[in-house]
Amino acid sequence: MHLIGELSAVLATALFIFALYWMNDPKTARRGVIAGIVGMTVAVVATWIQPEIIHHGWIIGAIVLGFAVGVPLSRVPLTAVPQRTALSHAFGGLAAGLVGMAEFFLWKGGSSSVAMTPFRMSALGAEVILGFLTFTGSLMAAGKLQEVKWIPQRPVTYPGQNFVNIGVLLVAVGLGVAVVLNPGAPWAGQAFIAIAALALIFGVLLIIPIGGADMPTVISILNAYAGLSAVAMGFVLDSKLLVTAGALDGSSGLILSIIMCRAMNRSFTNVLFGAFGKAQPALAAGEQKEWKQETVEGAAQLLEQARTVVIIPGYGMAVAQAQLKVRELYDALTKRGVTVKFAIHPVAGRMPGHMNVLLAEANIPYSALVEMDEINPEMPQTDVALVLGANDVVNPAARYNKSTPIYGMPIIDADKAKTVLAVKRSKKPGFAGIDNELYVGDNTWMLFGDAKAVLSDLVKQFGSGGIH
Amino acid sequence: MTDFGSMLFVFVLATFIGLGVIRRVSRLLYTPLMSLTNAISAIAVVGSIVVAGADHPLAIRILGAVALFASMTNIVSGFMITDRMLKMFKKQ
Repeated sequence: MHLIGELSAVLATALFIFALYWMNDPKTARRGVIAGIVGMTVAVVATWIQPEIIHHGWIIGAIVLGFAVGVPLSRVPLTAVPQRTALSHAFGGLAAGLVGMAEFFLWKGGSSSVAMTPFRMSALGAEVILGFLTFTGSLMAAGKLQEVKWIPQRPVTYPGQNFVNIGVLLVAVGLGVAVVLNPGAPWAGQAFIAIAALALIFGVLLIIPIGGADMPTVISILNAYAGLSAVAMGFVLDSKLLVTAGALDGSSGLILSIIMCRAMNRSFTNVLFGAFGKAQPALAAGEQKEWKQETVEGAAQLLEQARTVVIIPGYGMAVAQAQLKVRELYDALTKRGVTVKFAIHPVAGRMPGHMNVLLAEANIPYSALVEMDEINPEMPQTDVALVLGANDVVNPAARYNKSTPIYGMPIIDADKAKTVLAVKRSKKPGFAGIDNELYVGDNTWMLFGDAKAVLSDLVKQFGSGGIH
Repeated sequence: MTDFGSMLFVFVLATFIGLGVIRRVSRLLYTPLMSLTNAISAIAVVGSIVVAGADHPLAIRILGAVALFASMTNIVSGFMITDRMLKMFKKQ
């Protein structure tokens, strides 16, 4: 029995590593999912057939419920994938926290099979703290992304916030240390519950000062926390499989966090202490330049005569549900011999890689999706840059204006294209509350209106034979 | 204890493998990557099975069953949504 467990753990670990390895190319990626499912099934079955497992009804019931909730969750619209991801981090954290609590009280009650070394007790503390803070933190993040009414979208800040946050965390860690040093003390049980409660509170406090624009970074960090809580659980249960799988998840979250931080020009420590997201609107610059408005007919003519067009999509495109119209425009232009590419900023959308998925859903070939670093050198030779719902990621002020909160953020050089066409819903500033200089640039023409409506009109210009 | 060292050893090596493998993941696929790693880290399900299914006091088993439900939800929705997204990436 023990041999089966060990061997299946090795097999599952290898399959998980292959699953991630196959994600290096969209052509092989689906194989990764199969490897993951096989690995997971092997691990579950090997655990379930152990002789100490006797309450099979409980396990079956929980698994059935998991399917009942999991299947609908996997069918959410792709605009809601960030919320689903945050929710699954929450579930991962909850599982780690609850198993940690159970292990502690099993040990306290004298019925635990594992010897409670100081190392294991420390890991148990870490598991419960990481698990529960990930749980409430991710729930808050999911709520903000879902735009739940009673969770404020705008960052909530107050004086001494970092003091309070770090204070709560320090008390939890301090209690953890006390329990590790005196595991047999009569107050250890209460202290452990207090640790869990403080971690739950800390998760909420950690996320309330964070604004919507920072969500891609926050989701990545919570991903890393969820992974680390699984690692800690592995330490407690003496399971190398858990440690490995948790470490894979944790390193993925870490790498994505670093990429997101770079894309927003924020330091890692800045993010870890939650001191970010306080976007203050910049003071209006001295002279106010005027918009120049373009008609749909004129815009269609510009696009038609271009040799290269770069479309810069933002989340606004997805909100307007304009992806299919984007695809139609892409088809119409490529049919006329225009080279069309999509410039994807790393933080476009609401989580890492979100924009690629949204465009892939509309059947836009992934070879047309180009990352910021690769497209920027091509921008000066681009005839038309079409900005679709993107705002801060194309704001030239990020290059030099130190008073804006986006100063230093790498941007897509839309302003360097020969002509810029920007589709915008209204004349209001973007998510970060900043005026965008791109819109009043000398070579910029605005198309005001809902992205979907504007694009349909554009596509009609090509289809009706209005242009030859 | 001896396993203290070996567990940390496994953790460090697994992290290096993770960093090496994840760094090569296509930038197009970061969203499915995150849902895939979510599903994989729900391997915590093995811990929950032991807590929920062994002969423990009722309160403990309830904690385990809730944890098992949470992990199972992640496994099911994680793998399914990853596959759903990956199906959309077509080359022309």
